[in-house]
Amino acid sequence: MFQKFSRTSGVARAGAFAALAVSVALVATGCSAGTSDPEASGGAGGDANLAITFVPKNLGNAYFDTSDAGGKEAIEEFGGTYDEQAPAEGTPDGQVSFINTLTQQQVGGIALSANDPTALCDAVNEARDAGVKVVTFDSDTSADCRDLYINQATSEGIAKVQVDLIAEQIGDEGQVAILSATANATNQNAWIDLMKADLEANHPNIELVDTVYGDDDDQTSFDKTEALLQTYPDLKGIISPTTVGIAAAARYLQTSDFKGKVQLTGLGTPNQMRDYVTDGTVTAFALWNPADLGYLAAYATKALIEGTITGAEGDKFDAGKLGEYTVDADGTVLLGDPYTFNKDNIGDFDF
Amino acid sequence: MTTESVITGNKTTARTYKDYGRPLWRRLLVSREAAVIGALILVLIVSNSTVRNFGTPITFYYLLLDVLPILLIALPMTLIIITGEIDLSVASTMGLSSVVLGILHQGGLPIEQAALVALVVGAVAGAINGFLITVVGLPSLAVTIGTLALYRGLAVGILGTTAVTDFTKSWKDFVKSKIGDSSIPTVILIFIVLAIIFIILLHFTPFGRGVFALGLNDEAAKFSGINVERTKFILFVLSGVISALAGIYYTLRFGTARGDNATGLELSVIAAVLLGGVSIFGGRGALPGVIAGVLLIGTLGSALRLASVTSDVINIITGTLLVLSVVSTSFLAWLHKKRTKPGGKKTGSPAAKS
Repeated sequence: MFQKFSRTSGVARAGAFAALAVSVALVATGCSAGTSDPEASGGAGGDANLAITFVPKNLGNAYFDTSDAGGKEAIEEFGGTYDEQAPAEGTPDGQVSFINTLTQQQVGGIALSANDPTALCDAVNEARDAGVKVVTFDSDTSADCRDLYINQATSEGIAKVQVDLIAEQIGDEGQVAILSATANATNQNAWIDLMKADLEANHPNIELVDTVYGDDDDQTSFDKTEALLQTYPDLKGIISPTTVGIAAAARYLQTSDFKGKVQLTGLGTPNQMRDYVTDGTVTAFALWNPADLGYLAAYATKALIEGTITGAEGDKFDAGKLGEYTVDADGTVLLGDPYTFNKDNIGDFDF
Repeated sequence: MTTESVITGNKTTARTYKDYGRPLWRRLLVSREAAVIGALILVLIVSNSTVRNFGTPITFYYLLLDVLPILLIALPMTLIIITGEIDLSVASTMGLSSVVLGILHQGGLPIEQAALVALVVGAVAGAINGFLITVVGLPSLAVTIGTLALYRGLAVGILGTTAVTDFTKSWKDFVKSKIGDSSIPTVILIFIVLAIIFIILLHFTPFGRGVFALGLNDEAAKFSGINVERTKFILFVLSGVISALAGIYYTLRFGTARGDNATGLELSVIAAVLLGGVSIFGGRGALPGVIAGVLLIGTLGSALRLASVTSDVINIITGTLLVLSVVSTSFLAWLHKKRTKPGGKKTGSPAAKS
């Protein structure tokens, strides 16, 4: 009985497979139909194709909303077409699909913040082979698979702005301490070394008494701030070169007796720091301006599309309100010195 | 076997039953599988005529490369869901196999051997799931939620935040190569072979009948001589191996082995399987529908991306489609029940009621 059942139902199943075969055939005809289609839709050739699409790491990220808005402003200034495409989650494979799509759409250029330095390379190179210019910003890919990288800041610039800020805030003398991320955080350690050198060379009256690690954890950073202030009663300033650290330290200072007596600066984001800056706990802190980053990326892409530059070292291009920029070694363009946020300008930012 | 039934037919002659209640054309056209395949064809036709750049060979090349991991894992997943179980750890197994491949290749093993070890790791991962579900007797939902975290944790733990990227170029090129001058990726052949094997396994073997029987009533299946434990165990091992294979493909395609590779892919697989007409309660489903379901989600995403629709909206559309497809099954069942009186006869005017 069982066997008989399976024998006869085979006919029905064969029919279902036939239906599948039809659909597969349809996919195939879709392919062949496309082959005969001439490349009529191509936007290349003729005038420069200033359709530039921003591909941030993911959507719904305030930082990238700000940078892409900067890019949009620039693209509208020079009369191009702005678009933004990104996966909902920050994954490399999601970005690959979008880069492939943009290649097919024959956009003029892509401004990309890469989720992985190598995973995107093949897709990016396919785009470049098809004549699309690719500029990375914020997060780079390997140097051989993009035309330009817009670097937000150098280590030297980041170290210098923090030392300058704390020196100004404490009157260039007294004890300071550093509240960092983890003990082996590559970026932070590089900055701390540069800050130490800068302090020794240019600020002999400032004494760096300690470097503590809040492990980029809010509560640990909070506790370490408290411990620092207990251990060094004469402490005049804290530098926290990490966004988690500076926000936690500010939260401690805000409700303690040290508010206004101990200065705090470092790297933070306006949304995290807004309260502390408006109520005077923190005078000023630094980061780069993501809107300028996107703005510069858009102008760099335009220059590549129009052929004014090729991405070689020494190439110069105009970047609207930001002025003229020069391409450095390895096809990077430096945005400039980090941006200082204070009471007067923090209202202009939302990220 | 055929002769036997003929003989019995001759001897009794008293009563004959029709094999099916409905004629062949109705069974073929009025089914979930047909609906999904029809939707796929509709999306292809509409996209081809309305979306610029859609009807090009390169679209289908990228589309197939993108959906391949989902297509592969959907094969064992279909069988597992038909038995009434689920495997949520597939994407984590992909990540683990990716990391194993990467770390061994970095240590000097050629890709072939490293991939073989990765497949074995996948089999072991599947066997652990199978052991906990069949021998220990835990529910698969709980077990695979646990191993989802466990395998992902192992993968991220082994490689940390670093990535292995120096894979042999000939292998990376192979993964992206096309068959001859066509725009069909070579790797799709692996899927076609596996799909044929799985279709035969599910629809044309006693093992496959057992899978369906298990999903409908595993106690009855047990009494009719099906080895329930062994069947489920084999399915979870298969799922582990195929996930590892998908992980190897993923690693070579993107040229990077990372602990967080393919995070969240299990949901895409399960969504496609359910869209393809497989019942989440088990016992019902067919592979052609599932394959069409995967292609439908992939094609829709590809067409919408080309039409510059943002990823959030694409997610909303695919999500709605999935909910509608699940709701439609229940709705049709409810409608069928309403139209049919307890005695089996249809009521007078169903149209007037609705």
